[in-house]
Amino acid sequence: MTVVHIPGKKSRHIMLYALSTCGWCQKTKKLLDDLGVEYDYEYVDQLQGDEREKTTKEVSSWNPRCSFPTMVIDNKKCIVGYKEDEIREAIRSE
Amino acid sequence: MNEQGVAIAEIDRLHERLIKEAEVVGYHLNPDVEFTKGLIKSLIINERRYGYWACPCRLASGKKQDDLDIICPCDYRDLDLNEYGVCYCALYVSDAVRKGEQKAGSIPERRPPPAERKRETQKKGRRLTGLSLPVWRCKICGYLCAREQPPEVCPICKAKKDRFERFM
Ligand code: SF4
Repeated sequence: MTVVHIPGKKSRHIMLYALSTCGWCQKTKKLLDDLGVEYDYEYVDQLQGDEREKTTKEVSSWNPRCSFPTMVIDNKKCIVGYKEDEIREAIRSE
Repeated sequence: MNEQGVAIAEIDRLHERLIKEAEVVGYHLNPDVEFTKGLIKSLIINERRYGYWACPCRLASGKKQDDLDIICPCDYRDLDLNEYGVCYCALYVSDAVRKGEQKAGSIPERRPPPAERKRETQKKGRRLTGLSLPVWRCKICGYLCAREQPPEVCPICKAKKDRFERFM
């Protein structure tokens, strides 16, 4: 499995690094679905070998603990964890 | 194997078992049944994937020795219950959260990053000399016992022998 694209309202560039087994990751995905915005996500637990290593390096560069969910917005802002208000705000604001 | 193909009955059975086991020793499962069953399904998926209950909300390495601290219930559960009223995944909650007096939310990760974890395990605890027996500590619940070897199963929280550390 690699990056999955979810079509929707064009807003910001949203990349969600998640685990397929994690409850907070599911909640975060659901929030994005409910907001109807376009985003990409990747289930890091379903990656193997080099692919996994490459992706965990990417996540760690934003979030050194490499915890999930890690959301990167417009390649600038990073939100760690299911922070509903912060996510809504980041997607809305300029 | 089809990971999504976890039978509802299997999830329900484990849900009931975990509630019982938790309540006996004073822990509580999250009363949000839908959320909790999602995590229980993930524990079953991880059992199939790795052979043990790797924490659903953390990236397991697949090497048991490196994942020991995040086998559910993890080494960090009790600290998080004390500080935030939930474990990292919010599978377990405090009494206040169970009663609805406190809200369950997403909390910061307490598990140290890999390099720090390595340093921790290399750090040897100060040993008291002159004890007639070594003292073992259950890393899950803190139970202490003085005996040659730790017990096969923690009599308090049922953690397995490999979750004990030498305390004194
Ligand atoms: S106790 Fe909670 S945080 Fe710890 S492994 Fe289990 S589900 Fe994850």
